[in-house]
Amino acid sequence: MTRRSSLPIVALVVAVSVFGSSAAWLQQLRERMFPAPVQREDVLYITSGEALRRLTVGYNALTADLYWIRAIQHFGAIRLRLAEHARGIETGEPVPTGFPLLHPLLDLTTTLDPHFNIAYRFGSVFLAEPFPGGAGRPDLAIALLEKGLRVRPDRWEYMQDIGFVHYWWREDYQSAARWFERASQVTGAPWWLRSLAAVTLAEGGDRRSSRLMWQALYESAEIEWLKRDAERRLAQLRVLDDMDALQALVDELANTRGTPPAGWGEAIRAGLLRGTPVDPAGLPYLIDGAGRVHPSPDSPLLPLPVEPKRIGPLAS
Amino acid sequence: MRAIGWIAVNVFRESVRDKVPYNLVLFAVVLMGASYLIGQLTAGQDIKIIKDLGLAATSVFGLFIAIFIGIQLVSKEVERRSIYSLLAKPIHRYQLVLGKYAGLVLTLAANLAVMAVALYAVLAYVAWTLGPVVARAWETPALDPAMLKAVWLTFAELAVVTAIALFFSTFSTPLLSAALTFALVVAGRFSVDLRNFDQAVDAPAAVALARFLYWVLPNLAPFDVRSQVVHGLPVSMSYLAVTSLYGVLYVCALLAVAVFIFSRRDFK
Repeated sequence: MTRRSSLPIVALVVAVSVFGSSAAWLQQLRERMFPAPVQREDVLYITSGEALRRLTVGYNALTADLYWIRAIQHFGAIRLRLAEHARGIETGEPVPTGFPLLHPLLDLTTTLDPHFNIAYRFGSVFLAEPFPGGAGRPDLAIALLEKGLRVRPDRWEYMQDIGFVHYWWREDYQSAARWFERASQVTGAPWWLRSLAAVTLAEGGDRRSSRLMWQALYESAEIEWLKRDAERRLAQLRVLDDMDALQALVDELANTRGTPPAGWGEAIRAGLLRGTPVDPAGLPYLIDGAGRVHPSPDSPLLPLPVEPKRIGPLAS
Repeated sequence: MRAIGWIAVNVFRESVRDKVPYNLVLFAVVLMGASYLIGQLTAGQDIKIIKDLGLAATSVFGLFIAIFIGIQLVSKEVERRSIYSLLAKPIHRYQLVLGKYAGLVLTLAANLAVMAVALYAVLAYVAWTLGPVVARAWETPALDPAMLKAVWLTFAELAVVTAIALFFSTFSTPLLSAALTFALVVAGRFSVDLRNFDQAVDAPAAVALARFLYWVLPNLAPFDVRSQVVHGLPVSMSYLAVTSLYGVLYVCALLAVAVFIFSRRDFK
């Protein structure tokens, strides 16, 4: 019996290593000498959902998943670029001015998989919100949700979301109340939708109804991201409440001593506050030279929402 | 019946020898890799996407096996000239065709069973890592037994596809058989368009032809309940029964024609 020599294997390993590492080194060298232009421009080659349905030969749900992932990536990538720009990081790319592919991607996703619940709900939130938080297209958000309702007329969550878009981004409280009312009539809808409809109709634009709205969204959110977003909005409303209360306190002190206080020490010593007031993120509120109360510029809750016209301090 | 059984067992053994089970390893690797990547890429849709991917992969892998082995079932014997020694044995030609078909269906059943177990295992692992709080948001439980309905109808669809491939392989070359089988699978998945042809075209003759093709070509779209199952929509047992029975009848018709052609084929 002859022993097989291991030489050919060793030679093969050596050859592959040498050629492979040389090719990698050469590629690195080429990239240094001729840097490839940064290309992060999103392109959508197929825009027709019906065409895609045919091209995927029956594997529609899986293709819908891929488009859903693309929608998330598109949204996240633009948010990231905006954050980089805000922090002054030079990327050599133009600053994004919108989310041009968000609606087409969500539309394709929901055409391929008409039961893709979260695509409708995610879409409504991020299509409606003004740029840079979202695409600033409440009309498209409503259209997407109505598309979902045509497939699942029993989904009270979509009706609630349409009401939400009307309320928050169109300031159309009548329509919002109508949608909440419609949602409350669906079998299995939660009881609080009826009171939400009533409060919206009576006090639309009030911070209390806004809080109710975000609380409702928080309760019905199916994914962690939406839940966290609603939680953040609720915290922002608390900041607005805190600022109103603290501003009243500072104004009172300013009236008493003639000039606004420079910090919270005086109010604490007077027993008006137990300690330095902090926002829900744990950062202290500040008083500027003109006696106006602000959240800390480092607060993760900034920027605070621009409140609809009718929103004002809570009537106590 | 015994002869059919022996031929079927031999086809199954041959497919194992031909390393068909390798696709199961690939399936498992795809699923495990995907489950990790999906966790990084999606917003809370991990379980849905793993189910979609797993069920679609089950169908695609099965389709490849059904087509590429199905078209060789007869042609390989002719090519290797082993058909002469086979026909010299005390078996009828119809037994050979039916045995070959049963063997490949057995291979597909074993593959699908292993893939279903792998899918459930990956889902169980992902569900365990995500925890019960996240699970409350899912449309259906991670280990939803209803997924077996989709797997069953995938199996029924593959049984039809295998019969189509075998039918073509009794009189055509492997390459042409593969092309024709694939074309029929695509047409079968869009057969609803043939039924609604009158909405797109005004010519009565064309509409009549489309309607004829709708009834003659295999209607494979009803075998796809993957999306319904993943979204927790009801798929009744009567639907499963009617669709499966349609598959059985279509397979019987195809095998009858295949047996007829094969019985008259001259191998000299």
